[in-house]
Amino acid sequence: MRDTTSLSVEKSTSVWKIEALGDWTLKGIDKVDRQMREIENSDFPSIVFDTSNVSSFDTGGAWLVERLRTNAETRGLSFQHQDQDQNRIELTKVVRLSDGSDSEQSTSSFRSDKNPLSLLGKAVTSVWRDFLTGCFLIGSSLKGSKSNSRHGRARRFTSLINQVDHMGLRAVPVIALMSFLIGAIIAQQGAYQLKFYGEELLTVFLVGILHFREIGVLLTSVMVAGRTGSAITAEIGTMKMREEIDALDVIGLNPIGVLIFPRLLALIIVLPMLTLVSDLAGIAGAIVVSDIYIGISPAQFLEALNTGVGIQHLFVGLVKAPFMAVLIGLIAAIEGLKVGGSAESLGQRTTSAVVKSIFAVILVDGLFSIFFSAIGI
Amino acid sequence: MQRKTQTEEQEIVLSVRDIHVSFGAHHVLKGLNLDVYRGEILGFVGGSGSGKSVLMRTILDLAKKQGGRIQILGQDYDAAGEQERIGLDRRMGVLFQHGALFSSLTVKENIQVPMREYLNLSSNLMDELAKVKIELVGLPAFAGDKYPSELSGGMIKRAALARALSLDPELVFLDEPTSGLDPIGAADFDDLIASLRDTLGLTVMMVTHDLDSLHAVCDRIAVLRDGVVHTTGTMQDMLKETDPWIVSYFQGKRARAALDHKAMSLKTRSQSNKASLQ
Repeated sequence: MRDTTSLSVEKSTSVWKIEALGDWTLKGIDKVDRQMREIENSDFPSIVFDTSNVSSFDTGGAWLVERLRTNAETRGLSFQHQDQDQNRIELTKVVRLSDGSDSEQSTSSFRSDKNPLSLLGKAVTSVWRDFLTGCFLIGSSLKGSKSNSRHGRARRFTSLINQVDHMGLRAVPVIALMSFLIGAIIAQQGAYQLKFYGEELLTVFLVGILHFREIGVLLTSVMVAGRTGSAITAEIGTMKMREEIDALDVIGLNPIGVLIFPRLLALIIVLPMLTLVSDLAGIAGAIVVSDIYIGISPAQFLEALNTGVGIQHLFVGLVKAPFMAVLIGLIAAIEGLKVGGSAESLGQRTTSAVVKSIFAVILVDGLFSIFFSAIGI
Repeated sequence: MQRKTQTEEQEIVLSVRDIHVSFGAHHVLKGLNLDVYRGEILGFVGGSGSGKSVLMRTILDLAKKQGGRIQILGQDYDAAGEQERIGLDRRMGVLFQHGALFSSLTVKENIQVPMREYLNLSSNLMDELAKVKIELVGLPAFAGDKYPSELSGGMIKRAALARALSLDPELVFLDEPTSGLDPIGAADFDDLIASLRDTLGLTVMMVTHDLDSLHAVCDRIAVLRDGVVHTTGTMQDMLKETDPWIVSYFQGKRARAALDHKAMSLKTRSQSNKASLQ
């Protein structure tokens, strides 16, 4: 079994005698593949191929013999395969390719489009298509959310509570911790910079306004997009892959009403609550740092917060939360429904759901900022 | 089609001795013994949940056994070192029930996965060999560039068989190869397995419920009941059995229908072969 693969060629003017020696199996044929190709490309008269003395032979070796035979016969030259073992000759017939299968027609599937204009066009149409899908999903959720029976409605309520638990309650620790740290960092930086002007008390306003208006909702949205958005895409994508969505459809349930609407609704309920948690945790972080770093006691801090930062700042932040929730939920659902047949596409879609929703959240937050300053809040 | 049932030398390719497997309190295999001879197609039958797949997974070392010994191609898999195991893995091919093709690779790439892992071949040669295997299992050439999600159930089975055969294994395990195929496609698949056995010298162990394929291609049938191999023998032996379960399995209403149609299907099969390759 261990002897090496080789071949010996005996050239004469009328016939080339080729003898295969050693291990002509998949494992060894790489050693003679180049030699065989050289023979195929040279001007041979006719060939007698002898495989009597190979130690082992499988489809790999058979293919090399067969390739040479096809080559010889297309040139109209004679090819003779010699072997006492009829099985080996049979094997070369087994690996014979039918006519036409050799011609490569598959190249058309490689359509790499590198033209920047066409790439831009594709991007624009895909954004437009996503937008339309989003509109469709909102519409279907509103219309298709009603159940076929009262019994089903109760079950859907349970599903909603379950979603709220997963998306909301279990996200509280991580969001509270992140917000606490960010609040503390802003307070520390603010206090340090404002010290030069002797206006440490302004730290309270800085943290209050910044966190209530922007950081609270933004941080929460980004966390939820990463945590919940990806989960929604993966869930819906997997269900799509396994035809579960088609099954829902056939049973007479609206998949959008059953799968997407509860998740959207849960997100709309949960995100403002988490934003509030984030606001409180951020202020708590700021209070701790202020107490230690610039000696503003918690009581003083809250007093200043009460008088200096109006309640409208809190509402500006909270009012944005449901919009962010819809964005995150919709983008996650759209990407989930785009999942194709492969495991790879599930991964791609989940990644793109997170990236897109974080981008959308920040963009929309910017638009809100412009809007609120325009109306003077 | 039941020729060379047992060759003179009767080399044992796979020997399973006294296998015990249990999941918690549930004892699935209770001291099972089984021999598979070189060059035969062994059909393995048993009720649903009787442990057919468990046995296959145990042989492939995918499930843990509590006791017993398994010898594959003359080597004890448990005692084998890492190099020997790799050598053994190369010589076995598995067709999983649902194909288990890698969904992010094309059919051609799926077939080349074992080649890349074990062989040192140029990409040219690998492409040619993949093409050979694709044709060998009766797939059209264009299927090579398709992803598994773009294939029909029958094509997936064939593609999975091509992957199982990519290293020219000696021993092939097939888990319900014809389930989910239409009768014509299933008959084609049976013929394919029989002809590959003859040309490539395969030894096949096949878990199946398909009475037609038991009739058509299996040289020997092993019946799994109560955690042990209850009976082994040819189809004729099975029909002579008096055990009530075996009688109802092989001579029930569906079985009789299969028997009646056998004569007819054998006639039409050769014609339908050509017609239904797609």
